[in-house]
Amino acid sequence: MNRKEARPAREVVVPGDLLDEGDLRPGNGTYVLDGKVYASRLGVKNVFSGTVSVIPLKGRYIPTPGDMVLGMIVDIGPSNWLVDINSPYPAPLHVNEVPWKVEFGDTSRFLKIGDMIMAKILMVDESMKIQVTMNDSGLRKLEDGQIVEIAHSKVSRVIGKSGSMIQMIKNMTDCRIFVGQNGRVWVDGDVENATVAVDAIKMIEREAQTSNLTERVKDFIGSVIEEEG
Amino acid sequence: MSGQSDLELVNKKGIRLDGRKAGELRGIKIEAGVLENADGSAYVEIGKNKVRAAVYGPRECHPRHLQDPTKAIIQCKYNMMAFSVSDRKRPGPDRRSVEISKIIAEALEAVVLTELYPRASIDVYIEILQANAGTRCAGLTAASVALADAGIPMRDIVPAVAVGKADGKVLLDLNKEEDNYGQADVPIALIPKTNEIVLLQMDGHMTRKEFDTAMEMGVAACHEIYELQKDALKRRYAAAMKEDAADE
Repeated sequence: MNRKEARPAREVVVPGDLLDEGDLRPGNGTYVLDGKVYASRLGVKNVFSGTVSVIPLKGRYIPTPGDMVLGMIVDIGPSNWLVDINSPYPAPLHVNEVPWKVEFGDTSRFLKIGDMIMAKILMVDESMKIQVTMNDSGLRKLEDGQIVEIAHSKVSRVIGKSGSMIQMIKNMTDCRIFVGQNGRVWVDGDVENATVAVDAIKMIEREAQTSNLTERVKDFIGSVIEEEG
Repeated sequence: MSGQSDLELVNKKGIRLDGRKAGELRGIKIEAGVLENADGSAYVEIGKNKVRAAVYGPRECHPRHLQDPTKAIIQCKYNMMAFSVSDRKRPGPDRRSVEISKIIAEALEAVVLTELYPRASIDVYIEILQANAGTRCAGLTAASVALADAGIPMRDIVPAVAVGKADGKVLLDLNKEEDNYGQADVPIALIPKTNEIVLLQMDGHMTRKEFDTAMEMGVAACHEIYELQKDALKRRYAAAMKEDAADE
């Protein structure tokens, strides 16, 4: 199969647009009325293995279990912290879900208001009650670096196909980077390189819908680094 | 309504004060995504009406007691700027704007898939920058484009238009003079896909027959506006997609 067939022309759809007369299965961002599939949100129509779905262009981050996110501590309780994960819902982090042994009422010694953490979404129930955890490999409190916020719908673009884009930025700028599914990106490195990496990430967000982005980002980082010597 | 006037609203040839025929809409301009800091926004001009709508959310619902554990709530604020009418409008909410906020929120609730975001709130702000009759319709038209622009899941986009009666004739999309000195004003909003009516009010008098003609006119006009709404959203987002080809 050549590339054109694999990826047909992308079509912007708005809520209410007819997607399919009923041969394809309805996927995310769609609804069914009288056996026909319609778009339920603004996005790009995507047909993949018999399922038609809409890839959203905009919208808030809605957590799903297993997502790696970057969160900020916004409140402290005697046995839990409240974490802002950039979604419409607050996410409590219980003391049992952190890698430290925390005495009751001693929570503020470990994480303070304003601290950034890497966390995993543990559970989301039908009324959108969320639990996050830090008990997983690599999850920790972020001590240095900076946070860049991008639209969460652009996260997959920043990561690139099997991590190609983010790997390229990491290699070229020699920075440590972590991309949270909720659209927060952590960048740590020496000041000049980190600035370049942040600019590159913002460039990806801005030009997410254009072609040959990986190449252009590569050229961009290359040119800036060269200038600085 | 039905104020006394010698003004001839519709002349013998059936032409109205602003040169339109009975079943003709005013000029409409719709733009999506006009505000940087809102999740979604829209700007609408219908004749001399100028309306801006902004949507925030879904976000945490405050005050907490308004939360609904089964679905998101839609909070709408319709506001007329002090300079939007020829006499200065006293700023702040009044009985009229509270009513309009409520009916617009209810009309939007009919299309938004609120059950996807339990306990959350979707906030809609409608600012009337310039008013010339039919601002609730223009406001609702703008609000539904702004909701779609915010990426909120919804069944369809809602268009709205007013029909009415002036000089004894059924007219579409009343302007200020026709509204002030006419006999009736009927704002209509519907879901174009199913023709379900989500907003219908009537101020003034009409016979049953006149009302039926008015409804027919209004439904047809709503579908016309619907196309403009979809076009505005596609114009805003299709441009960037064009160059996209075999990348990724």
